[in-house]
Amino acid sequence: MAEPSLPIIEIRNVSKTFQLQGQEVQALKGANLAIRKGEFITLIGASGCGKSTLLRIMAGFEQPTSGEALMWGKPITEPDPQRGMVFQDYALFPWLSVRDNIAFGPTSRGVPRVQAREIVERFIDMVGLSRFADAYPHQLSGGMRQRVAIARVLANDAEVVLMDEPFGALDAMTRERLQEELLDIWRSTKLTVVFVTHAIEEAIFLADRVVVMTPGPGRIESDNPMTLRRPRDIASPEFNDIRRFMSGKLHSHHGIKAA
Amino acid sequence: MTMAQTTATGVPVATPAAGGFQLASRLRSLGLALVVPALLLIFWHVATTNRWTRLIPTPFETSAYMVDFVWGGIYDDAFSGTAHIHLLASMTRVYGGFALAALFALPIGLLIGRIPLARQLLDPFFQLMRPIPVTAWLPLSMILFGLGARSAFALVFLGAFYPILLNTVFGVKNVDGKLFEAASMLGCKGNAQFFRVVLPAALPSIFTGLRLGLGLAWFVIVVGEMTGVPQGLGAVIMDGRTLSRTELVICGMIIIGIAGFISDRIVVAIGNRMLRWSPNHHG
Repeated sequence: MAEPSLPIIEIRNVSKTFQLQGQEVQALKGANLAIRKGEFITLIGASGCGKSTLLRIMAGFEQPTSGEALMWGKPITEPDPQRGMVFQDYALFPWLSVRDNIAFGPTSRGVPRVQAREIVERFIDMVGLSRFADAYPHQLSGGMRQRVAIARVLANDAEVVLMDEPFGALDAMTRERLQEELLDIWRSTKLTVVFVTHAIEEAIFLADRVVVMTPGPGRIESDNPMTLRRPRDIASPEFNDIRRFMSGKLHSHHGIKAA
Repeated sequence: MTMAQTTATGVPVATPAAGGFQLASRLRSLGLALVVPALLLIFWHVATTNRWTRLIPTPFETSAYMVDFVWGGIYDDAFSGTAHIHLLASMTRVYGGFALAALFALPIGLLIGRIPLARQLLDPFFQLMRPIPVTAWLPLSMILFGLGARSAFALVFLGAFYPILLNTVFGVKNVDGKLFEAASMLGCKGNAQFFRVVLPAALPSIFTGLRLGLGLAWFVIVVGEMTGVPQGLGAVIMDGRTLSRTELVICGMIIIGIAGFISDRIVVAIGNRMLRWSPNHHG
């Protein structure tokens, strides 16, 4: 498919080597990926496959050892509010209330107070936390904290939301609810989402494309478009077929590694 | 009602019915806290009335002297009704020395915690100086600052300095790295992170340092007032020793204990208010 428009994020032949106790560890080798505006991408793979490294390179927290990471054709050199990150362990500012956590981005960028307040109220409302606007993070449940973390990057006008196993620490019920809420937000805001997970079902349920990665060294194994109509029913036979197919892709590589 | 008293479901915890229960539990903890002091008092009474020692006055004699020390009108000697003068003198030194210590220790701690060069330059020096007890500084302090209040200030300063310094360094160095990443992806970078991330994140540790520092300032006040100052609770205790007036020594001790305790409670109350966001910071 020839897309004339520029990809919002492009990864070109990116490799990343870390120094670990004097030894070189290759976390990522020759990764290529183009993400178009508005896409929902999930990166899936076993631990050590480089999925988090790839996400951190997109965020600008890490620089590639070779190759390049581009946003709208320009090299990504440092973290930027255009690319918001949602961490697995929330990384909220514990000394700020829900409202002030969400206001952190706008006020850092010098958005006038009155305007910042309006933005904050809109996103607190979007994630359903109006009643808890004055609560501190430690008073909230895990699911609520992650809602704050999502609202925080949305309030900052992020075009791309990078999510590093954001629902990994939540219980199953909360996770399902947040997945649906995330899809609602994605649909209504036309965001681009890159979502790292190790849960196959979650990857299939959410994504336009599931990118499978394999470890030792981390590589992109395949890029799988998900054509299943939304809303997706995880109990449907079609969903199960895809799950079996994707699971095969992941596990065959485990077999190779173990052999 | 503040959010601190509400649960995650937004339901206020303290209902009117729970108010009575809260009072009962407060009285209970007050009662329990008084058990050990009461036992000590009884032991003191028994030991002194049975003449196990002749050098220590009975609790009753001591309390009579305390009344005289605070209000006067019983013995009418040089110390009658002078407690407030000595307390005020000591407080000036404690809070003055403490404030001076905070004034130096906070910025130096922030520098050591944040700037590697400052750490390499200063940290070994302070690690070397820290084990030297305040008492050991007494002679040098009297040579450098002379006999009197300036020496006392300097010793209190030394006592309060290290806990503030060390806890500030610890707090600044141990800010969760994720918070810097979160701040930078939200558009807060470089030096702006110092005020928006480092300082608030280090506040609980800094506060612990200030609390310990103030405690130590009270702790070293007697040594500080060994430098020949005419007034102050430490001076009273030293005089009491010289004059073999044990009841004076005990009265001085009790007043230092109470003043230090009240001052600590005030600091804790301020801390609980400033750090109500912190789940593990309620003293």
